[in-house]
Amino acid sequence: MKKLPVYLLLTAISIVMLYPLLWLIGASFKTNSEIFSSVWFMPEHISFDAYIKGWQTVTPHTMGYYFLNTFKIVIPKTVFAVCSSVVVAYGFARFDFPLKKFFFALLIGSMLMPQIAVLMPSYMMWSDFFGFNFLDTYVPLIMPSLFACEGMFVFILVQFFSGVPKEFDEAARIDGCGTLRTLVLVLAPCIRPAIISIAVFSFLWTMNDFLSPLIYIQSVEKYTLSLALRLSVDSTGQGYEQNKIIAMSVIGLIPSIAVFALAQKKFINGITAGGLSG
Amino acid sequence: MSMKKKRIYHNPVGVRKSTGLLLIAPFIAGFLLFTLYPFVSSLFSGLKISEDGQLGLDNFIRIFHDKTVIRAAAVTLKYAAVLVPLKLIFSLLTAMLLNMEIKGIGVFRTIFYIPSILGANLSVVIMWQYLFTSDGLVNQLLELINLSPVSWYGQPDSALAIVVLLRLWEFGSTMVIFLAALRDIPKDYYDAASIDGCGRVRAFFRITLPLLKNVIFINLVLQTISAFQEFSAPYMITGGNPMKSTYTIGMLIYDEMFSYMNPNYANAVSWLLFIAIGLIIFIMYKLTSKFREANQ
Repeated sequence: MKKLPVYLLLTAISIVMLYPLLWLIGASFKTNSEIFSSVWFMPEHISFDAYIKGWQTVTPHTMGYYFLNTFKIVIPKTVFAVCSSVVVAYGFARFDFPLKKFFFALLIGSMLMPQIAVLMPSYMMWSDFFGFNFLDTYVPLIMPSLFACEGMFVFILVQFFSGVPKEFDEAARIDGCGTLRTLVLVLAPCIRPAIISIAVFSFLWTMNDFLSPLIYIQSVEKYTLSLALRLSVDSTGQGYEQNKIIAMSVIGLIPSIAVFALAQKKFINGITAGGLSG
Repeated sequence: MSMKKKRIYHNPVGVRKSTGLLLIAPFIAGFLLFTLYPFVSSLFSGLKISEDGQLGLDNFIRIFHDKTVIRAAAVTLKYAAVLVPLKLIFSLLTAMLLNMEIKGIGVFRTIFYIPSILGANLSVVIMWQYLFTSDGLVNQLLELINLSPVSWYGQPDSALAIVVLLRLWEFGSTMVIFLAALRDIPKDYYDAASIDGCGRVRAFFRITLPLLKNVIFINLVLQTISAFQEFSAPYMITGGNPMKSTYTIGMLIYDEMFSYMNPNYANAVSWLLFIAIGLIIFIMYKLTSKFREANQ
């Protein structure tokens, strides 16, 4: 029975972690007056009104449309980020070249770079990118991911690569695999948990990103989910129809929760084993 | 007569030293284009004092006389000073709880991690906003245990507390890093300590803390950087109110750029923020170096 206090403590923290989310989901089925009159998350009568109204948003488009917009950013970005990070990490982990230490230090340094410090000049750069104006397009949001711009991803992958014995590379080379074929056919399958982890991270971070779309996207037709949500909050105000906003928020959380639920086992193992314990 | 020893590159037979460089080329290109270039051009923009490109320190000097910037800097500093230690302590303690090998611990690990996964999602920020309204869940709970409700948005300190509590609730990512490090500490250390009559509290200070010092420092740096950049939570939840008490430097830079159309000034503030963060990390590094080097 020594463990009982530990379980009680863990349960208490779990309630604090989960109850706000439960409350949010419950509130989306409540009437406006019920939302702020009871602490219990279960609604008295289940009503789908909020979802029907929320799905329509305050714009001519439905939430489905904004989901599609968001995925147009999230999917290419995640694919690009994974591919570029794996290639760069492979270079750092398996090869020796001039200035290697310097470049690795740059990589770590770029992880510590406050994003907000380069935000304004990036914005100006995209307004005149080699003669093209990319403002109000998805290019500024997607293109950096082609260049392994998340130092954290490369770092995690390098740790995982070092866990794979070098004999694997040699065997592949003897069997006639070139540099890239060794990576794709032999090494990448070995570090699958890490690849899944960074794909999930990339998906969630992009899904949750608010500041970058806020800066780069101006026209409502190109809004992402979070921008559409903000627009609804702004034009609905605090006063009424809270359940509609809450229903929209719940819908907005579904992809993140789904991806996390699908990947969570591999994902948590991936990051805890990721040798982040430098 | 060169004394310089030629460096030998350790690569498999048939692999040239350019192969590695070629593989990391995307990173080098990306760094130049998306980090270094904006960073340098930001400095020039901050130094620009007239339309025809004359350079000077006027923008930077103006910052030190600008009451709004000083106020925002003070708010950001206070926010970081409250949030970062709380988050680190809470993350470490929960990571130690979650490191115990008891039944069902995996479920708790997942649950504790969920808020930080949803973290920056606007839905969560909106949810948080509703929790603290005058008749929101938090005040209803306070009334349930016979405490008087708080006007969360009405006072400077409680408004800042809303944002701090949100980020504290999302402690999962910090906790996971601690958890990974705790797993690397061999169980034998604690067994040996307990045989020697060392209690749990002493074992924590003598074994756990010294072995975690580098990870603690990493978390300290990561959390400090992200606290100094706080934007979306105060922007959506409090709008910087009341009386600019939650108006962070991040919001100020955004406003200068997009609301008041002062890109040069926004860049000067960004640069000072960057220098300030660098300085604070350097000071933390120096202050903790003694602790980190001890018991090596």
